[in-house]
Amino acid sequence: MVFIWAFLIGGLICLIGQLIMDIFKKTPGQTLSILVVMGAILAGFELYEPLIDFAGAGATVPITSFGNSLVHGAMQEAEKSGIIGVATGMFEVTSSGISSAIVFGMIGALIFKPKG
Amino acid sequence: MSSNRKISKEEYQKLADKHEKKRPIVKNCMIAFFVGGTISLIGQVISFIYIYFFDFSEQTVGDPTVATLIFITMLLTGFGVYDKIAQFSGAGTAVPVTGFGNAVISAAIEHRTEGFVQGVGGNMFKLAGSVILFGVFSAFVIALTKTILIQMGVI
Repeated sequence: MVFIWAFLIGGLICLIGQLIMDIFKKTPGQTLSILVVMGAILAGFELYEPLIDFAGAGATVPITSFGNSLVHGAMQEAEKSGIIGVATGMFEVTSSGISSAIVFGMIGALIFKPKG
Repeated sequence: MSSNRKISKEEYQKLADKHEKKRPIVKNCMIAFFVGGTISLIGQVISFIYIYFFDFSEQTVGDPTVATLIFITMLLTGFGVYDKIAQFSGAGTAVPVTGFGNAVISAAIEHRTEGFVQGVGGNMFKLAGSVILFGVFSAFVIALTKTILIQMGVI
């Protein structure tokens, strides 16, 4: 069942992205930034975690989850060490997406040649 | 001479709007929905494998899933397949983390001829940088507000 929800919710978030691109005439870069901020806002109201529980990868794969995990990491650390934790804990949960993009980006640059 | 006629900004905008191709919004949305849904479904299958064959829980499986998807993106970007899919699927391939990965990896590959420090290092986050900037800044504002509200005992 979670597979169907993953498909539907993941598709829905992409559909929202496409609407932002087509109706408000935004570039993909702007669209992604808007979606990340939306994810962070949803996380602030604690609405994103329930979505992950229910749709699995449908909620973790779209870029909105990036905003969610940033807020999540910051809040986790803030509970332990107060306001300073907001800055220090920010990348605690998010690290996997960024670090793997950097690592595989470097490996890609080492093994592939640019086309055209 | 009509071709040298100066036209105002509004007139130009009107002219440009008239000649701009109408975006097939419904078709674009359906493609984005199916492609994005499929990528999420693949992510769910990867999560399923991690939960059943390795020791991950449903809460912790997000990280290895994202890393695996970005690894697949690296291969698809390197062989030039990702761009072909991205051309017709719009937000369907841009919105999932694979789009973020593709932005970083394609910039890295494209600029390697300029050297690894200036080229790869300097351009890797050209496109993805704004996503990180706005994600981090908005997360900072939200988490800070929330922490202050909690400490004041409002929530």
